[in-house]
Amino acid sequence: MLDKVDALIVGSGASGAAVAWSLADTRMRIVCLEQGDWVKPTDYPSNGRDWEARLFSDFAINPNRRARPTDYPINDANSPIKVVNFNGVGGSTIMYTAHFPRMHPSDFRVRTLDGVADDWPIDYATLEPYFAENDRMMGVSGLAGDPAYPPHQPPMPPLPLGKSGARFGKAMNQLGWHWWPSDSTIATTDYEGRARCINLGHCTPGCAQGAKASTDITYWPHAIRAGVELRTMCRVREVTVDAHGMASGVIYYDAEGKEQFQPAEVVILACNGVGTPRLMLNSVSAKFPNGIANSSGLVGKNLMFHPYALTYGYVDEPLDGNHGPPLCLWSQQFYETDPGRDFVRGYTFQFGRGVGAIMEAIVSANAGRLPWGEEHHGAYRKLVNRRIGLSAICEDLPDEHNRVTLDPDLKDSSGIPAPKLDYTISANSLKMMDHGIARAKEVLTAAGASNIAVESPILNGGWHLLGTARMGTDPERSVVNEWGRCHDVKNLFIVDGSIWVTSGGVNPTSTIQALALYIADSIKQRLANLFD
Amino acid sequence: MQNHDLSADQVRDLRALAGMIIPPSAAYDVPGADDEKIFNDILRSLERDRDDIRRALSHLAAIGGCAFADLEAERRTEVAAAFREVGGAPLAALVRVVLLCYYRDDRVMRSLGQEARPPFPKGHVVEQGDWSLLDPVRARPPMYRTVD
Repeated sequence: MLDKVDALIVGSGASGAAVAWSLADTRMRIVCLEQGDWVKPTDYPSNGRDWEARLFSDFAINPNRRARPTDYPINDANSPIKVVNFNGVGGSTIMYTAHFPRMHPSDFRVRTLDGVADDWPIDYATLEPYFAENDRMMGVSGLAGDPAYPPHQPPMPPLPLGKSGARFGKAMNQLGWHWWPSDSTIATTDYEGRARCINLGHCTPGCAQGAKASTDITYWPHAIRAGVELRTMCRVREVTVDAHGMASGVIYYDAEGKEQFQPAEVVILACNGVGTPRLMLNSVSAKFPNGIANSSGLVGKNLMFHPYALTYGYVDEPLDGNHGPPLCLWSQQFYETDPGRDFVRGYTFQFGRGVGAIMEAIVSANAGRLPWGEEHHGAYRKLVNRRIGLSAICEDLPDEHNRVTLDPDLKDSSGIPAPKLDYTISANSLKMMDHGIARAKEVLTAAGASNIAVESPILNGGWHLLGTARMGTDPERSVVNEWGRCHDVKNLFIVDGSIWVTSGGVNPTSTIQALALYIADSIKQRLANLFD
Repeated sequence: MQNHDLSADQVRDLRALAGMIIPPSAAYDVPGADDEKIFNDILRSLERDRDDIRRALSHLAAIGGCAFADLEAERRTEVAAAFREVGGAPLAALVRVVLLCYYRDDRVMRSLGQEARPPFPKGHVVEQGDWSLLDPVRARPPMYRTVD
């Protein structure tokens, strides 16, 4: 048996890294177990001529397609939206667009304001200092003064507008609608040892330049220097409990596949909204026959994605294509509830700069826009680098029917039962998506685009995994309390997107990390009586 | 040649189909997808799509009643058109592999006016754009809902 540690973190991604760094100043002995490995900058696709092709192989965004030894399979057959993730040091911050909006104040009060779902037990004001700290640690570029948000000051200037952004800006002004340069974790100046963005343009599957913040190059170097031990290639099977029903540690398989037991005083789960409920449901004991900390029966339930409705078209001149970070602008014009609409809550528009030559060919072939034969060449040349598009990222309200369970047959390479998803898009979300598509067509028309097409929902659009171990003050209606501690197991914490009460309509990484820093601070402030 | 697990007939059929999907063009000074260099790249790149492509080629041969590559040109066109209607996901996988190899060929990239190189380390230039476009948005009052 390994020596007991003070704090054991499972998962090294957005939230696991943040909580590890924050707790490091306690001088506790902290270990983090990560099922993936370090990814070297030279591994990233943008180093080679096959940079686009690798989006369909070892850097595919869908883990079932990617199927690296470090990935686990997900039965997503019963979901119109497929999970997107990455397993490695940095987790899915390796494989994200770096779009970094915060939740809004209203997102924490949806029951009070709109009569749906539940309010969060915390609010924007509580998280505000943690948003700022996280912006500094991750290195955020953006522009102060956005009327859609409470004031905040990103530490670096915004990403360039480029041809695509300017075209969108003019169109939005013509319509009189809000738009603003996005907060992004892509460095626009040299920042804390990271080199500035040189517009490789292939940001999602990792940045060879190191300009895109992933936690392997932001939080982890600081955390490791402060004494945190990060063990890679360690796949956790279950959280164990002692005779008193407290978490006693975890059983995991190490890099050689050998079973290990790591005892711990405190266990912190940071495995995302699918991986965390999977681990909890796999952690069965006499005390917790339905999975650890699951007396509410809510572990795995209320899965929320953000359904994405993508609308795009083509203009009559070459734009930026894949040159430059793919997302540089957002609009919150339709974010807050409007009683005049047939849905509650709202969505963000995120504007896409363009796509690469191969992606354009493949998407257009699938959509039937590319003929076979001699006509192929002329048709393709009217498409490549001429695409502009925008996605409505729609708030997904919680619904217990949308859930993560354990698949009875499917297992990972270590023999651990895999997650199974059952998910449907709600009627409210569908109306919201239709609204977004209609407005997006107006934007594209104003921007001079034609040949307009829609992908709704984006099939491989399950980037945001939320809500499956929700936060609340009532142990019968929530899994963790207002500072991330499980109601049932007072030394078990959850810091990832599982604890979200509602989803908002924004990319969640900024808020996930702010929450993780807030929970770490809550732990530090209560160290003397943490288990009371 | 490569570890692609295709039979000799399937290799011939795949090449014939690739050339039909993207033929060479004198007008654009580009090879077809059946060009030797590009086709070898295709065979090297089947990877995760290998099974789908085998299924697609079996389906193609079944529609034609014999090896696709052995058909007369007119009959090939008919068979390819029929296959395009019913090929489904296996055909989509086949077309994807053809496209991802074709549109990284140096000759094709040059014809498109693109540099035949990876993004790193040179990167690209993206113009800043006219930030005064934001002035009307800056002038807007706060639009987020305040909460107590």
